[in-house]
Amino acid sequence: MTEIIKLTAAQTAEKIASGELTAVEVAEAHLARIEAVDEKVHAFLHIDREGALAQARAVDAKRAAGEPLGPLAGVPLAMKDIFTTEGVPTTVGSKILEGWIPPYDSTVTRKLKAADVVILGKTNMDEFAMGSSTENSAYGPTGNPWDLTRIPGGSGGGSAAALAAYEAPLALGTDTGGSIRQPAAVTGTVGVKPTYGGVSRYGMVAFSSSLDQGGPCARTVLDAALLHEAIGGHDPLDSTSIDAPVPPVVEAARSGDVRGMRIGVVKELGGEGYQPGVVQRFEESVEVLRGLGAEVVEISCPSFVYALAAYYLIAPSECSSNLARFDAMRYGLRVGDDGTKSAEEVTALTREAGFGPEVKRRIILGTYALSSGYYDAYYGSAQKVRTLITRDFEKAFEQVDVLVSPTTPTTAFPLGERVDDPLAMYLVDLCTIPVNLAGNAAMSLPCGLAPEDGLPVGLQIIAPALKDDRLYRVGAAVEAAFVKKWGHALLEEAPQL
Amino acid sequence: MTVTELLSYEDALAAYDPVMGLEVHVELGTRTKMFCGCSTELGAEPNSQVCPTCLGLPGSLPVVNRTGVESAIKIGLALNCEIAQWCRFARKNYFYPDMPKNFQTSQYDEPIAYNGYLDVALEDGEVFRVEIERAHMEEDTGKSTHVGGATGRIHGASHSLLDYNRAGIPLIEIVTKPIEGAGARAPEVARAYVAELRELIKALGVSEARMEMGQMRCDVNLSLRPHGQKTFGTRSETKNVNSLRSVERAARFEVQRHAAVLSSGGTIVQETRHFHEEDGSTTSGRIKEEAEDYRYFPEPDLVPVAPPREWVEELRAGLPELPRLRRKRLQEEWGIADHEMQSVLNAGALDLILATIAEGADATAARKWWMGELARHANESGVELAAVPITPAQVARVAALVAAGDLNDKLARQVIEGVLAGEGGPDEVVDARGLKVVSDEGALGAAVDDAIAANGAIADKIRGGNLAAAGALIGAVMKATRGQADAKRVRELVLEKLGVQG
Repeated sequence: MTEIIKLTAAQTAEKIASGELTAVEVAEAHLARIEAVDEKVHAFLHIDREGALAQARAVDAKRAAGEPLGPLAGVPLAMKDIFTTEGVPTTVGSKILEGWIPPYDSTVTRKLKAADVVILGKTNMDEFAMGSSTENSAYGPTGNPWDLTRIPGGSGGGSAAALAAYEAPLALGTDTGGSIRQPAAVTGTVGVKPTYGGVSRYGMVAFSSSLDQGGPCARTVLDAALLHEAIGGHDPLDSTSIDAPVPPVVEAARSGDVRGMRIGVVKELGGEGYQPGVVQRFEESVEVLRGLGAEVVEISCPSFVYALAAYYLIAPSECSSNLARFDAMRYGLRVGDDGTKSAEEVTALTREAGFGPEVKRRIILGTYALSSGYYDAYYGSAQKVRTLITRDFEKAFEQVDVLVSPTTPTTAFPLGERVDDPLAMYLVDLCTIPVNLAGNAAMSLPCGLAPEDGLPVGLQIIAPALKDDRLYRVGAAVEAAFVKKWGHALLEEAPQL
Repeated sequence: MTVTELLSYEDALAAYDPVMGLEVHVELGTRTKMFCGCSTELGAEPNSQVCPTCLGLPGSLPVVNRTGVESAIKIGLALNCEIAQWCRFARKNYFYPDMPKNFQTSQYDEPIAYNGYLDVALEDGEVFRVEIERAHMEEDTGKSTHVGGATGRIHGASHSLLDYNRAGIPLIEIVTKPIEGAGARAPEVARAYVAELRELIKALGVSEARMEMGQMRCDVNLSLRPHGQKTFGTRSETKNVNSLRSVERAARFEVQRHAAVLSSGGTIVQETRHFHEEDGSTTSGRIKEEAEDYRYFPEPDLVPVAPPREWVEELRAGLPELPRLRRKRLQEEWGIADHEMQSVLNAGALDLILATIAEGADATAARKWWMGELARHANESGVELAAVPITPAQVARVAALVAAGDLNDKLARQVIEGVLAGEGGPDEVVDARGLKVVSDEGALGAAVDDAIAANGAIADKIRGGNLAAAGALIGAVMKATRGQADAKRVRELVLEKLGVQG
């Protein structure tokens, strides 16, 4: 069984297609693994054993009937609990949606089902994707498989931990300010935030509409590309979805050739405040790229220093409006409806009980920032910063093909360390946020362990909008070089659970 | 309930100058909702025309209805507005249980159409120009039904029922600039504006604009200022005034109420008010202690709307003849005076006359019947002309019978009387009542002979050249035939038989 769970998604699909493994065997192996370790890891909020096995059986039947199978047919996947799944609970990590069974599938869910991917269940996350440690989940934190007393990152800590704990070879995340990339960095896995509009947001519960982007999480660059291809593409149900073909990500991941590429190191994303081991591993990665034939230059993006401030005005503003619908009227939690209270009172009691402190903090921040008389100073200025950051990127990409930086300034910190210090928590996303503000694409992949704590460090690669394939080309090259150097994948060094 | 103090309308106008602002919401007649594919059909089971998007379920997203945008542009063009090159939707944030997302997707500072005007004709034919501030796109809310209270309002109700079928139906909100200078005619201008707008919307084919069905709803904002003062007074906002008559009454009531408050030294409270059909009064609704903060911001779930200029020009070229111009053309074609055309409009006869013409009647006959016999009947029985129980096809049939000489005017009136009395169509009434012009030349000739024989002296006068005396003989023949003869033919026969040239 151990063998099956350690296979990559690409290998798994190949073995199912060739008949070496059945989809049911694969699903059962992962369900057994979840049963064995998830009590400790707590990556999942809901396990859909029946649904997963039914889907696996359907794949095996298809193969038996000689029907063609897609490139991910039968491969198990852990889905962040932010995508709606018809008939399967979707909580977004919040008490306010406890017990809600969506009547519809998100576009991504629908595409995965059509691709015969086996959805094992829904993964833990910071409530409404607000957080960087998964500690804001209303259902308890997730542990980092490298050290269960440490954070798995967030908001998509459940998906990243599921990959690192071999509970699934593929996972789905959403990235509003780093929620795919930062968990990938601290768990030694791969995560990609596609170009804004590259993956449909229909059925993805909104946190900040102009920043949210669903994307693939995996243990290898190629697996991420295969998943990216399966979920990407235009969706007429999402008006912000880009009407263009998915960039050739799988082809790029198979090529991994960076000779002649120009790579920019972002001056503002590094230096003081960064953990020495993180800086060291990042610098090694740059050397690796140079060694592979890429040309490396330093690039300055002066407006990035304002990114965090702008983000914490835009995201709360949009969330204050997006979360207004949770009013106890139509779905989810309802508190205090004893026949004596008004609708307003029931709404107030429900929101008081149903939203956690971080969600309340952001609703209040956003409500304030959008208020008449403050709009220009806060939301208006933040939008201007956004334009400046986009221009910084545009200028940078006139000179280089991709930019690189550490994904996050530190490795995984202990659970509980920053829960009472929101500002320290917000700093975790310093390097990832500019990408969301500009809407371009970025990847995090493992680049080694920090010598001082033996925990994974992530390398961030940033590409221009619609050039997602460049991430995979560079990522695959770096991955191959490191695996060759280490003699194995980084995750092999993680402790046994 | 306290009695609202009113000043007489004349006294109010002697002291104050009214300023109005009219906000009209029009439900578009698109097949599907503004941001999803749900049907907009009226009268369906509650909550049967809903989906994740119009219910605001977590994760759902809107997509703009192209026909909705097209209709908005058409309205904008017809109102002589500029059409935005690029505009966005905005979220208007406020809480109400019948609003699924607790924000309304609307437009804020970037409306699709702005800076226009609409010329409206008052009853005496005077044309008043109403300036248009903007026309913007938005979505309707669901519908709350408050159960168990006395008034149907939420106050005192035991519970409320929510129907989201209406949630997401496209609305166009048309806002006027402050209407100044209407003076005593302000209520009349308000009514004429809404009437003209309704005609326009119907002519564009973008909505049936049936006010009684809530497809067109009007808010009347009104303030008074002393004559000669430039700044506006504090306004009241009378919501959901839903008939033309009510618009006029609401404006008139508010003029009188404001004047009473101001002239007794009081101040007007800025508030929304409810209009009451029964007695034409308004009562206080919600007091706006401070301007409500809707925290508008650009809707991030929708891409901007940037209608290509070629499309706008194509729509402009395809606009139908606008009601006022159509009326002008018809007036010229019919060769009638301004006041005659105005009476046609005031009587609500225009569409009926046109329908009658379409059924084959000539314009003069159609106008004559609708504006004469039928208008009188409507007046006497206190109903709208359109509600008189006769169809344009039936009127056209009567006209055809007259034109063919089968009926004369007197008989035709009897036929119409029969139709209105429910005796059937014109032909049935003719048969049942035996109302045919006597066209049998033999019988008519005999009747003429009888009349000449019985009135020898008159016959001699006629022979002597006094043609005016013929009337007496014609009258005698008509009497003898019970009015069923063609008077013109009788005259010809009389003169012929007496050997006189007509």
